[in-house]
Amino acid sequence: MRMQNGFPIIVGLLLFIGALCTPFLVGTAVTGTYKEPELKLPANEKNCVESKEFMREQHMQLLNDWRDWALRDGKRIYTNHAGKEFTISLQNTCMKCHNNKADFCDKCHNDAAVTPYCWDCHIQPEGLK
Amino acid sequence: MLEIALKGSKRYYGWIAFLLVLIGIGSMAYLNQIMVGLKTTGMNRDVSWGFYIAQFTYLVGLAASGVMIVLPRYFHNYKKNTHLVIFGEFMAIAACIMCVLFIAVDVGQPTRMMNVILHATPNSILFWDMIVLCGYLGLNLLVGWTCLEADRQRLPHPKWLKPFIYTSIIWAFSIHTVTAFLYQGLPGRHYWLTAILAARFLASAFCAGPAILLLVLKITEKVTTFQMPRDAVRTLVKIIMYAMCINMFFFMLEVFTSFYSNLPGHMHPIVFLFAGAHGHSELVPYMWTFIGFAFLSITLLVTPKLRENQKLLPWTLAILVIATWLDKGLGLVIGGFTPTPFNTITPYWPTGKELLVSMMVYAIGALVVTVLFKIATGVKEEMEQSQSLPCGCSTEDFCDCAAKAEAEAEA
Amino acid sequence: MKNNRRNFIKLAGIAAAGLALAPKAMASSGGHSPVKKNPAGIDAKRWAMVIDTTRLNTKEDIAKLADICHAIHNVPHIEGKREVKWLWSAPYGQAFPEQENPHMSDEVHHREYALLCNHCENPPCVRVCPTKATYKRADGIVAMDYHRCIGCRYCMAGCPYGSRSFNWGEPREGLDLAKLNPEFPTRMRGVVEKCNFCVERLAVGKLPACVEASEGAIVFGDLSDPDSDVRKVLRERFTIRRKPTAGTEPGVYYII
Repeated sequence: MRMQNGFPIIVGLLLFIGALCTPFLVGTAVTGTYKEPELKLPANEKNCVESKEFMREQHMQLLNDWRDWALRDGKRIYTNHAGKEFTISLQNTCMKCHNNKADFCDKCHNDAAVTPYCWDCHIQPEGLK
Repeated sequence: MLEIALKGSKRYYGWIAFLLVLIGIGSMAYLNQIMVGLKTTGMNRDVSWGFYIAQFTYLVGLAASGVMIVLPRYFHNYKKNTHLVIFGEFMAIAACIMCVLFIAVDVGQPTRMMNVILHATPNSILFWDMIVLCGYLGLNLLVGWTCLEADRQRLPHPKWLKPFIYTSIIWAFSIHTVTAFLYQGLPGRHYWLTAILAARFLASAFCAGPAILLLVLKITEKVTTFQMPRDAVRTLVKIIMYAMCINMFFFMLEVFTSFYSNLPGHMHPIVFLFAGAHGHSELVPYMWTFIGFAFLSITLLVTPKLRENQKLLPWTLAILVIATWLDKGLGLVIGGFTPTPFNTITPYWPTGKELLVSMMVYAIGALVVTVLFKIATGVKEEMEQSQSLPCGCSTEDFCDCAAKAEAEAEA
Repeated sequence: MKNNRRNFIKLAGIAAAGLALAPKAMASSGGHSPVKKNPAGIDAKRWAMVIDTTRLNTKEDIAKLADICHAIHNVPHIEGKREVKWLWSAPYGQAFPEQENPHMSDEVHHREYALLCNHCENPPCVRVCPTKATYKRADGIVAMDYHRCIGCRYCMAGCPYGSRSFNWGEPREGLDLAKLNPEFPTRMRGVVEKCNFCVERLAVGKLPACVEASEGAIVFGDLSDPDSDVRKVLRERFTIRRKPTAGTEPGVYYII
């Protein structure tokens, strides 16, 4: 059995697969030179709500849970793994220490090309213009 | 079968290009709406649903057009409808897509639409409307495509399809009922708060839907070799006639209940629509056009001579479509929000941008109809089913064209 | 129900983050609920409000309360029929259209009435919301989660009191950005909003802002407690509620 238009189909497929793979080939070149952004950490507070690793990986999940606990269950005090209590509030707890969104949140979010819609409603500590 | 849609005349491609241009223009207006919000529309705090939701409500009726062909075919074994079935099903697909799009362009946060599934809320009728609309879309895609594919291979329709066909017939009734439930379960919106709303939706759908389908098929006849069997058309027009009569009868029940009971809440919206109130009478001419056209179309339909007149029929159907659209598309939504909860009147009129976005949705619907009808007529042509004969008959009609031509030649 | 939802969110999160993160995700709650109510907050089985219209009945007085409410909740000021409002005033015929008669006492007829969300016992807005973005809390407050609202405006069609406003445009365009309350968020365009009975204040032991500023003309308390202030005043004075025929059982009463 002979394939009709075999040549262009095979070449097209190869080009397509090649294009698909470019991020993996070119990407290593980019990640090789990528530097982690330097975050401005709070000056007079050493510990966040949870451990650094937990916050780095799961702050979005925590914020998600916080929202539902505070809004839906009316439970606005969070006890962390060390037993310390925090008021559940993005604006009044998180951003009181991390008092600059541009120097903290935006650094990683920009690099990761994510634009969480938190700030469409919540007011950043720098204020709005 | 999709390849049939790719082979067409210049006129076919021209029409598709025209639709794409319309979609392009409309999508500019929609982009603008996404960027700045729904303030590009005429909607406001008091009339918080407008033209979009009105079109959605009306098009649910179009989705049901097919069932008035499919039901006689399968529940009554009315064989003459056999070659029309596929067009009803394909029209339903386009209508469902337009319905979903009209809801999508109406919401303030379209990116969060999936919350309806992620946080499924069975106590909300909107959740059920999503279920029935998507379900009806899926059923028609499955049934329509499978049947047409089988036809093309000259095979009988597969047996496993039967349950789906019967389900889709029952399902058609559910999409109207549930859409009516969106409205009729709200306390304080008296124009909607009536048990007959669902029944009225069904009646108006079963006249307006097939009317639009017939009009589109009339155009299809002009641009393809397809020809509707005459008896099937005759039957469908009779169904339209009865449904329109029932629709207007239900409307009169509404008027009687409101005015004989003398309940202010029930009278206010009707008075506003047909006479105006507090100095607002923007809708009055439209509503009286609805009444005038409704009775004109009924007159043209119930008179056998006028009903049988094929030259007159498209006009009759167009008048009927305008009447039902004014009633269910425009009057229903605005009337429901009038008077406001504060017993005041806030006027609403769609803006140009709102109409452009609506045009985009209609153009997408027209594109879907064009492609699907092209495929269906293509298959019918291959199979030599329901084709036009030189004397104007369809191959499904029992009419002897050759004899006719001879007779004419002799005379 | 609530636990199911939370588990579902958690599972979705785990699935997205990959199985490697699963043990840590479980650890975030540590097997027990890590949250509790603020002990300083005030609680009730059914919050309710009684507005004494013999004392609070002018446009100016109600506007003062509305200004305070709108300022602390960052409610945008928008002119015209696309306005956003949580608390406002209206004449008798608009507040109680079904309970008007042509020969009413001039005094009652010419009062202005403070209107806000009724925080109904049977709220139609909660019934119709397709995403549970509007929900009724255990204390009777009808609350909103603006993160989840898709802006379908079904709740606005459902509410018989016109208590809900939609953000037709960008709400921050209607706010003085220098004078925002930094402790409360704004809203974004495309979501519905309304009075929240000041849940954020109740949670820290404060009464709603309008109640506090009303100098006693608005009473707030637990309707299920026979000894509460609201029950006491309801026993002593004649009150009506808006649109009783809608069957919603409003939580806001008006002393006439």
